[in-house]
Parts: sequence; structure tokens; C-alpha cells
Amino acid sequence: MSELIAKERSIVIPGEALAEGMDYLPGQNTYREEEKIYSNVVGLLSLSGRAIKITPLSGPYVPKDGDKIIGRITDITMTSWRVNTGTAYSAMLNVRDATTRFVKNGEDLSKIFSIGEFIVTKITKVTSQKLIDLTMKSPDLYKVSGGRVIKINSQKVPRVIGKQGSMVSLIKNKTGCNITVGQNGFIWLKGEPKGELIAERAIKLIEQKSHQEGLTSKIETFLEEESKNN
Amino acid sequence: MIINKETIVELAGKDQRIDGRKLTEYRQPIKIETNISWTAEGSARVQIGETVVMAGVKLSLEKPYNDTPDQGGIMINAELLPLSSPEYEPGPPQIKAIELARVTDRGIREAKAIDMKKLCVLPGEKAWFVIIDIVTINDAGNLFDAANLAALTALKAARFPVVDPKTGAIDYKKKTEEPLPLLKEPLGVTVYKINGKLLVDPNIEEEHSYDARLTVAADEKGTISAMQKGGTQPLTVEEISQMVELALEKADFLRKQLDESLKK
Repeated sequence: MSELIAKERSIVIPGEALAEGMDYLPGQNTYREEEKIYSNVVGLLSLSGRAIKITPLSGPYVPKDGDKIIGRITDITMTSWRVNTGTAYSAMLNVRDATTRFVKNGEDLSKIFSIGEFIVTKITKVTSQKLIDLTMKSPDLYKVSGGRVIKINSQKVPRVIGKQGSMVSLIKNKTGCNITVGQNGFIWLKGEPKGELIAERAIKLIEQKSHQEGLTSKIETFLEEESKNN
Repeated sequence: MIINKETIVELAGKDQRIDGRKLTEYRQPIKIETNISWTAEGSARVQIGETVVMAGVKLSLEKPYNDTPDQGGIMINAELLPLSSPEYEPGPPQIKAIELARVTDRGIREAKAIDMKKLCVLPGEKAWFVIIDIVTINDAGNLFDAANLAALTALKAARFPVVDPKTGAIDYKKKTEEPLPLLKEPLGVTVYKINGKLLVDPNIEEEHSYDARLTVAADEKGTISAMQKGGTQPLTVEEISQMVELALEKADFLRKQLDESLKK
């Protein structure tokens, strides 16, 4: 006799019993204790087959291999840069992975990236101790120049990007901004100052209303109204 | 915290700001509430945009200072609570908290806003001391103006507690109708300089990107009581007069907001 205690698509809190019995399986962000399955996080419950999983509504960014993120240079060592990625763990960018060109011995590394600058970078490796290795060796990775960087909750990043990038391209089209979304919740906007402002507001709106239905059309009307007002 | 300094400086050069405001525009909403705490003789909660500051006035009977036996006194203390910004830590007050308290203190003290002689109960023996405590609830920039406004509002809202005529003990649970002897209403406004342009009410990003700032405290007639300059860059004489003018204009604006919210 198995039974679902919490409703599907309802908001659950940590420690809440979700289901009883062995027919259900604990999926993402859940755990089993004896007969019952409990939640680990605050989030929306969803069922896929027999597995119960939770889409978290908040929480810190957990680094993963291959994630494209935006980070800020916080320190320069002899052969590497230390990068703040908005996580509790420190990230390193080695000189080897920073540029494709040859870097001479004793060259001033701050000429390449200096402290305080933002870079769009990719995670190559996360060790078991959660130390992060980064790379810049890819054509879609670059140093951020101009515009503005904003931060949102990293759990809302999929909402900002939308299905196959539909949301982000909508904002791009309406505001004329270049938008780069990092998986860690850092977003780089560059365009006309007015467009940047509207895009920033739209993204903050998505962050606020991320779990509501018909989000894309809501954002579309918001963008149209905003561009009319200016 | 992310500070887009380059963009802020660049936009300031074009008379624009990162959040789309005009250079001399305050953030909305400006909310002023009084008597938010029943334990204080007077209290206020001021919100400018997302910045929230609370101030409380406590009154106590103390022995006057030896050099001014017929006068009361004021003390102003500011605390930057760790909950208000990731930059602040618990512990003894740091330079920013001391400056905030000193600037607010000087504006009120040097304007001679409170009639100190009326605070005296028994010369050389007993006088009222006004203690203002400022705490930040959220620091989203421009703590100076918010703290100044909160301190002034709390002073205006303060009422003396009941004193037992026989024993001289203060009953803090009961309040009289008597307000503080306020002669003037000094209010400080801070003007910031970024990339040669003058602006007011910076948000948190602008507060980390300014070249120089000047706090001008003046009473309702425009008599300046105190000024405080901050930042790494110098100011020219013309810039200072422009800043003073702008500060006085904005002080009038804030005073109107204060009067409106006190009427309600």
C-alpha cells in the first residue's frame, strides 16, 4: 500500500513527508527514511513515473562540470587567477587555460585579467572537495567589457533562459541588448542604457514570478509596455 | 555584491544613472513612520527606496557636565547591523558607523537644535540627556540621508516620560504630552560627485563608485550647521557651492515629505 501524501505541483518544505510506501522512489532533492520519503529543500514537487523529485525554489549554486558561468577575478597568484563564482567554494583559472597564446615567464598577469574584472568562463572540473577548475579556451568564452552584471538566484536561471532559449531571445529582441546568462545566476547585459534597464527589470520580474504559468506572455506584455513608456 | 563601477561612471558623464533615475531624483518610496517602538520616548522608521533605517530617542536624567552645569546634553550612536548588508560584521563600531553617528550628531548639535538650557532640571545636579540610537535595517545606499531624517523625525516625535515629583523616579511606561524643546529642525543631505557630475541619493552600487561626497546639514531657514566631506577626490570651490545649493533644495523636498507623513 503506497500513497502520495503531498500533492503534485505543490510547494513542499524540508522535512515534509511526501509519500509513504516502497512503490515510490526518492529522486532529486528527496531522501527515504524507513517507509517514508521526505523533502530536502523548499521546492515544487513533481512526479516522473514512480520517482518523486523536487524542483528547488531557492538555494545556493552548486558547481557542475561543463557549466558556463560568469565570475569575478578576486586574486592573482604566480600562475593563476582566483575567481569568485558566487559559490562558497573557490575557483582557479590557470594560465594554461586562460589564453590560447603563449604567456612568457614573468609576464604581468594583470594585463590579461585584472582584479575586479568579470569573465565568462567554463567549469572543467569540480573535485570532491568542491575546488573548481576553470577554462577560457573556447570561442564563446571571453572577458566582460562594459554593460552591467546583475545577479539572480541561480535556481531561476532555467526560467530566464526559457525553453530552447525562448525567454532570453525574447528579451534580446525587445530591448536590443546582448545577454549572457551564467549558470551561477550572474547575468551580463550590454546595450543601450535604457534597454539594459528594461532587460534588468524583466529579468528581476522573471525571478519574482518564476513559478507562475504563462510567464513568457506576461514578460512579453511587460516589455511592450516598458518600451512604449520610453 | 556586484558593483558596475565603469558603467556608472560612464553613464554619469551622460547625465544618466544605472537605475534610470535623474541625477537629482530620490528613490521611491520615501516612507516615514513615527512611534514604532513603545519602549523609546520617540522613534522613527525611515525608508528611502530599499534603504531602511530606524532611530529611537531615549531620555534620562543625569548629572550635567561640569563645564555646562545648567544644560542637558545629547548623545548619538549609530549601529550598522550585520543583517543590513553583507559588508557589516558584529563587533565594536567600525569607521563607517562612527562617521554616520558623528555626521548626524554634528548636524543636530551645532545647529543648537535642542534648547539645552530647558533640559536642565536642577543646575549642577540633574538635567535631561537625549540619547539617539540609529540602527540600519537595510543598507541599499544613502544611509546618511536616511539616518539624518530618522533622527530628526524621532526627535520631533519624542515626548517626555512621567517623573514622580516626590521620589524623582522616571516612569518610562507613561508619557506626558510635552515634546522636546526643539528650536530648529536640522536635516543633512549628502551630494555625491561621480565623473564630474553631482547627484543625490545613490544606490548601493553608486555608493561604491563615487569620487567625492559632501554632507550638508542645515535648518529649515537654510542656515548651515555642519558639513562633512568624504571620498578620495578633491572638490573645487564652485563645486562646493553647487553641492550646497543642491543639498538645500533636496532638504526642502525631504522636509515636505516629513511634514506630509507627520500629518497623517
